[in-house]
Amino acid sequence: MTILDITTALCLTAGCFLGITGGFGIYRLPDFYTRLHASSVTDSACAFLILFGLMLQSGFTLATVKLCFIFFFLVLSSTTATHALAKTARSRGLEPLLGREDKR
Amino acid sequence: METTIDIVLLTFLCITAIAIIYIRKLFCGIMLLGIFSLLSACLFVTMDAVDVAFTEAAVGTGISTILLLGAMGQTNAHEKRPPYQPLIALLVVLVTGSVLVYGTMDLPVFGTPDAPIHLHVAPRYIQQSPIEVGPPNMVTSVLASYRGFDTLGETAVIFTAGIALVALLGSSQKKRPPCASPPQPATLHDHLILRIVGKMFIPLILLFALYVQFHGDYGPGGGFQAGVIFASGIILYSLIFGLNTAMRVVSPKALRLLGSLGVLLFGGVGLLCIALGGNFLDYNTLAARPVDGQHLGIFLIELGVGTTVFAIMVMMFYAFSLRGRNTS
Repeated sequence: MTILDITTALCLTAGCFLGITGGFGIYRLPDFYTRLHASSVTDSACAFLILFGLMLQSGFTLATVKLCFIFFFLVLSSTTATHALAKTARSRGLEPLLGREDKR
Repeated sequence: METTIDIVLLTFLCITAIAIIYIRKLFCGIMLLGIFSLLSACLFVTMDAVDVAFTEAAVGTGISTILLLGAMGQTNAHEKRPPYQPLIALLVVLVTGSVLVYGTMDLPVFGTPDAPIHLHVAPRYIQQSPIEVGPPNMVTSVLASYRGFDTLGETAVIFTAGIALVALLGSSQKKRPPCASPPQPATLHDHLILRIVGKMFIPLILLFALYVQFHGDYGPGGGFQAGVIFASGIILYSLIFGLNTAMRVVSPKALRLLGSLGVLLFGGVGLLCIALGGNFLDYNTLAARPVDGQHLGIFLIELGVGTTVFAIMVMMFYAFSLRGRNTS
């Protein structure tokens, strides 16, 4: 069990945890924007952590280069997708939920 | 471990299928269909069928979702409730299903080494295909060389489907020539970030499609996947920069030409083999050494498949979106 293995395990665990919280968030959060926030956490941080953990295991090989490509693709595409969703919802007039009705 | 993954994936698959049956919103249904394809692609990966998984992911999750969304644009967003109770249909489905399940009892257990499928032609493919055909990716040699007839049939099916769809929806070029109409505002014109990221991505997507096309001999990939990926690059372009701009880049006329050219190339290679003294699609005659001939033949027919698939997919997308614009 080297330091590399421990780091990998930590990264994978954190990534899986973020993935599960993202899933719960999509299910439990009240409106579109908060749900989008939850799903974007899964798209970005969870995927990045898992990819990084895998890169540590594969070492200096072709697999790492491919993982790097996937990483850059995800950095651009998932964040852009989240942005496009949020912007479209905003321009179509979907108002974010501001506080609960009974407490306002 | 693999059994656990299989069980989890199959459970998800069942849940998704039941949800697709019950859901009435067509948009959700289409998204669930995409998830269904992605799950089955994962199952194919666990079975080591990487080529099939690649095709499933590209076609099922990618392009068919887009085409179904385009088809949804022609109708309502809700499925109508049937006016009757479909009890007889349920009975028929139950009886047929139980007969089918009863039929599977006679099949050999999954992975049995002495199952007929592993004794008939598979040993020859595994042992002889590096010598007879050449490509390291055995799937490509089976698909393009041993089973060239089947692949020709599949390409013809895609071509026919595309022609039928254009015939049904009407080639809208006559009604509204794209060059004459005033340039409409692009659909996502105000999305600056989308346009910039799209500009960065579209060349990469097209490059990746070419890689998949020409690397199919050595790894997972081939004409079908490459055509679909190339088409999705063009579709992304037309989504971001507007249909008219995309139609100036890849005109419907060029698509019609390309679509038929691909099938012609495939069939032409087969006829050329006959003219050179072999059987139909017998690539050995194409070059002095049989392996070189096989290589050339597989390259040409994969090119034909890729061209046809690309042209037909973009043609279908154009047909749907033009139709949606004319009716709205």
